[in-house]
Amino acid sequence: MTRAATPMLAIRDLVVTVDGKQILNGLTLEVAAGEVHAIMGPNGSGKSTLAHVLAGRPGYEVTAGSVSYQGRDLLALAPEERARAGVFLGFQYPVEIPGVNNVYLLKAALNAVRKARGLPEVDAFDFLGLVREKMQVMQIDESFLSRGVNEGFSGGEKKRNEILQMLVLEPRLAVLDETDSGLDIDALKIVAAGVNSLRSPERSCLVVTHYQRLLEYVVPDVVHVLVRGRIARSGDRTLAIELERRGYDWVSGEAA
Amino acid sequence: MSEGAKQLESLIGRGYAQGFVTEIDSDTVAPGLDEDVVRLISRKKREPAFLTEWRLKALRHWLTMKEPHWAHVRFPPIDYQAISYYSAPRSRKDGPKSLAEVDPKLLETYEKLGVPLHERARLAGVAVDAVFDSVSVATTFKERLAAAGVVFLPFSEAVRTHPELIEQYLGSVVPYTDNFFATLNSAVFSDGSFVYVPQGVRCPMELSTYFRINALNTGQFERTLIIADAGSHVSYLEGCSAPQRDENQLHAAVVELIALDDAHIKYSTVQNWYPGDAQGVGGIYNFVTKRGECRGRNAHISWTQVETGSAITWKYPSCVLRGAGSRGEFYSVATVNNHQQADTGTKMIHIGRDTRSTIISKGISAGHGQNTYRGLVKMLPSAHGARNFTQCDSLLMGGQCGAHTFPYVEAKNPTATVEHEASTSKISDDQLFYCLARGICAEDAVNLIVSGFCKSVFKELPMEFAVEAQKLLAVSLEGAVG
Ligand SMILES: Nc1ncnc2c1ncn2[C@@H]1O[C@H](COP(=O)(O)OP(=O)(O)OP(=O)(O)O)[C@@H](O)[C@H]1O
Ligand SMILES: [Mg+2]
Repeated sequence: MTRAATPMLAIRDLVVTVDGKQILNGLTLEVAAGEVHAIMGPNGSGKSTLAHVLAGRPGYEVTAGSVSYQGRDLLALAPEERARAGVFLGFQYPVEIPGVNNVYLLKAALNAVRKARGLPEVDAFDFLGLVREKMQVMQIDESFLSRGVNEGFSGGEKKRNEILQMLVLEPRLAVLDETDSGLDIDALKIVAAGVNSLRSPERSCLVVTHYQRLLEYVVPDVVHVLVRGRIARSGDRTLAIELERRGYDWVSGEAA
Repeated sequence: MSEGAKQLESLIGRGYAQGFVTEIDSDTVAPGLDEDVVRLISRKKREPAFLTEWRLKALRHWLTMKEPHWAHVRFPPIDYQAISYYSAPRSRKDGPKSLAEVDPKLLETYEKLGVPLHERARLAGVAVDAVFDSVSVATTFKERLAAAGVVFLPFSEAVRTHPELIEQYLGSVVPYTDNFFATLNSAVFSDGSFVYVPQGVRCPMELSTYFRINALNTGQFERTLIIADAGSHVSYLEGCSAPQRDENQLHAAVVELIALDDAHIKYSTVQNWYPGDAQGVGGIYNFVTKRGECRGRNAHISWTQVETGSAITWKYPSCVLRGAGSRGEFYSVATVNNHQQADTGTKMIHIGRDTRSTIISKGISAGHGQNTYRGLVKMLPSAHGARNFTQCDSLLMGGQCGAHTFPYVEAKNPTATVEHEASTSKISDDQLFYCLARGICAEDAVNLIVSGFCKSVFKELPMEFAVEAQKLLAVSLEGAVG
């Protein structure tokens, strides 16, 4: 397999502190364009922390290491610039924004991304067409458009809404934090289909998950196990199956 | 303080685009207030004797009154003798008869403010009365309105053309004894708008007044009187602005609405007086009395206000629901940023049976702003089956501002129902970051969230006003997040 000259994402020796507590302890990870990597690991190991750092959440202090995205210094960009440059974070716990129409937020987001790419604002008619098409993929009812962002959505509905946003924004690098948690089996298939529909040689995806089940539908190129803020082990998809069988102790023990 | 809160703190620093001064030759009366000044104002306007007398009674009463300080606002004592009570752009004799006679500099001013007075201009469909300092400089669309029988005139002109209506209705909702500022206004009011919509007429266009304070050290005391006769319908819009100055300026207006049987008055305000600078220097003191009376059966009065300006706002657009089955509504968005203070709300006085009122108040506080909702719902013994619904929501941005809610209820009829809901929320760091992570910048995110918060009020505004209000809100919250 020949790798593209510049990886989509290259994280080197990343150390991150939150509220004085060091969470990531020299994490190194590389994702080539077109690849899907899964990140697994016990609760509290730093998976969401990694996802948030990539998206630029304030309050996460990078004390050492580097992150390059398509060859650019990702850490130098403001959160909204990262999003406009094609980084998408699917939240583990999407927040509710009462009163703000789901469809308004989506349109504002798309226009912000388009503007950064030098494209004109999306025409209202075209936009609605696009959203309707993606909603069909995600099997989300149209009534969700006019509801407040995540307002009163069930856990599974919130996750589907995240993927809908991703489909509309067409990011280059999607970081999906436990998008599969709380989904019933049909919803899981729908979410997986959504993710797979974006798979292409110029896009990459980092899926954080606890379950091998998602990986049956979204087949990863590489599986990493994150333990205590570091990648403890990487392998192909069979690693996920093995983890399911043997538990994390097996890896953590090895790492220690 | 969290990162997000810091961001919220740092977005402060507004641009007030309407802060320019128009260099124009003005006829300004020397500062001070006594019976001679009142007589002079009345004479300049060639008013009938009844009005001069009414003004004098108001002045005498005012001299016995004390400036009220019960509102949750603070300001240094106002020297009422240092204010000039009359200022008018000097023009040929009595003021312009038509737009062609209006000083081009004034037309330019209104053009800059986005209120083109030319009748064929963009705002087609909205008749505008523009009040510059103390006098009305132009009223557009006179002919079309006249054809429908609608009277829409500068107050000072209506006094001469329709004295009987003025004598009958002036002070019938807000008597000259009402309160300190209304009484002052009654003595010295200079101009404003007068509207009369005859029986059964649906006013063919939106009516609008644009108030502009220009002169230094003058107060603006306009008086608006709107009468909707039985079965008529009118929608009226009010906008305002003032130059950016370091001195505080007083604006003490009175608006009276009268709705007879089955009549409907919709009164919308977008208030954008100069709010003062980021340190709280300068700005307008906006002490306004607005009240409507549903005098007839099934009459309907609806107030919608978007308050973004003024250093201090003290204002309670109210409804007296006298006619059986009549309806009063109050929809309000009040924003304070920097050092602005607002004490605003409404009074719904239920007198008639089966009267209904709705109060939706949205208060937004940023910077060091202090925002108070003060409302009274009063059910008199005669108000059988009356109903009120009140909803007060506050949105806080940053940690230095304040939101206060004082809902008073006096229910003297056991069949009347009063319902009250209130909430206070903050734009959370999580919400902000969610938007950022979608490529939306902090300012746009705040605007998005604020618009969502205000939606139920904005939808009450006429279309073109809603757009303007949204933009103003964005400007006034500029700097509230970064
Ligand atoms: N603000 C904070 N202050 C202190 N510790 C924090 C803070 N935020 C996160 N942590 C800690 O950092 C560690 C990693 O958290 P993180 O959310 O990244 O875990 P995770 O791998 O996503 O876990 P899960 O599988 O449960 O989602 C946890 O021990 C958590 O308690
Ligand atoms: Mg997590």
